[in-house]
Amino acid sequence: MCNHMARLLRDHGAVQPDISPQITAPAGGWAPVTRRQQIAAGVRDSFSAGLGIFPLGIALGLLVVQAGLPWWLAPALSLAAFAGSLDLLLVGMMATVTPLAAVATTALVINFRHVFYAFSFPLHLIRNPVAKAYAVYALIDEAYAVNASLSEAERSAPRTLAMQMACQTYWVGGGLAGVAVGAAMPAPVKGLEFALCALFTVLTLDAFRSRGQIPAVLLAGASVAVALAATPEVAMLTALLLFVGLLLARHALTARRPVAEAADA
Amino acid sequence: MPDTAYLIAVLAIVFTITLALRAVPFAALRPLRASATVRQLSVWMPVGILAILAVTALHGTIAADPHAAPYALLAVAVTAGVHLASGRRTILSVGIGTAVYVVLVNVF
Repeated sequence: MCNHMARLLRDHGAVQPDISPQITAPAGGWAPVTRRQQIAAGVRDSFSAGLGIFPLGIALGLLVVQAGLPWWLAPALSLAAFAGSLDLLLVGMMATVTPLAAVATTALVINFRHVFYAFSFPLHLIRNPVAKAYAVYALIDEAYAVNASLSEAERSAPRTLAMQMACQTYWVGGGLAGVAVGAAMPAPVKGLEFALCALFTVLTLDAFRSRGQIPAVLLAGASVAVALAATPEVAMLTALLLFVGLLLARHALTARRPVAEAADA
Repeated sequence: MPDTAYLIAVLAIVFTITLALRAVPFAALRPLRASATVRQLSVWMPVGILAILAVTALHGTIAADPHAAPYALLAVAVTAGVHLASGRRTILSVGIGTAVYVVLVNVF
């Protein structure tokens, strides 16, 4: 999920998104000693992320019910792809039976950011192969961000895994709560799907941190304008691919002028 | 209404891709870390992708109910305004923005 999915809603704190996580540093700078203390510390670490994840999960459950999809899709999505913003997007794509190739491409582009988390995630601390696999599977934006805020001495396998499991519990639990709320409503509430639009608006604001990002926003704007005009049926996919293409072109151009670009980072 | 086989296929695809994106870099860390292209894209992509998602989500809302276009634009402005004014509290800004839209489309 994005720093919080952007935070996705905070991909989000939840919103915080998926994409640019901003998580407050967990309280306490001391390093827990016993395994039990480490697990407790991991659960505490998860609270700030949970504030974003749980409401986002409720939104996911509500969207599933409102879209007329079976309720079990909420927990199934939270388990199959533990990734905030993608899950929310998939609800709409599944409701309209989007071709599988388009689903695959969208998943690839939206979750591409996860490629970079491996650079500094302390996977070497986790010895058990099953635990290691889970830590990779559950490497959401929030898990990465929370871990990044800890010092080397504070990190441990139990602490990391407890935090990740707690985050997934919030996400799955929020989805089930959203399904329950949606089922209890006598009829779908007209307009509630706007929450997704509001969420992405907020996540965009949170991800925008410096003037250096203005060119990327302009390229994204151009991509989405062209995509809406040329291929309105698959505008998001076209825009994402166009945007990546433009960024690659920009990189190819700026790589020849490294000095001018240095201030941009 | 999509059939169950389609739903399962989607779940299988997104599981495989998401897991691969998280796992492969651990196996192929060195070449990726050395790639200036990959590093640069990671800096540029997030804000642009979110902006694209925000615009296409707004477009989808408007396409589903063209008469509500002014309400949707107003609700986006309210969402952004509340977010910046309230110290970026996502739950608050998304909640108020959505409530404004729901009230507008149901009352008018």
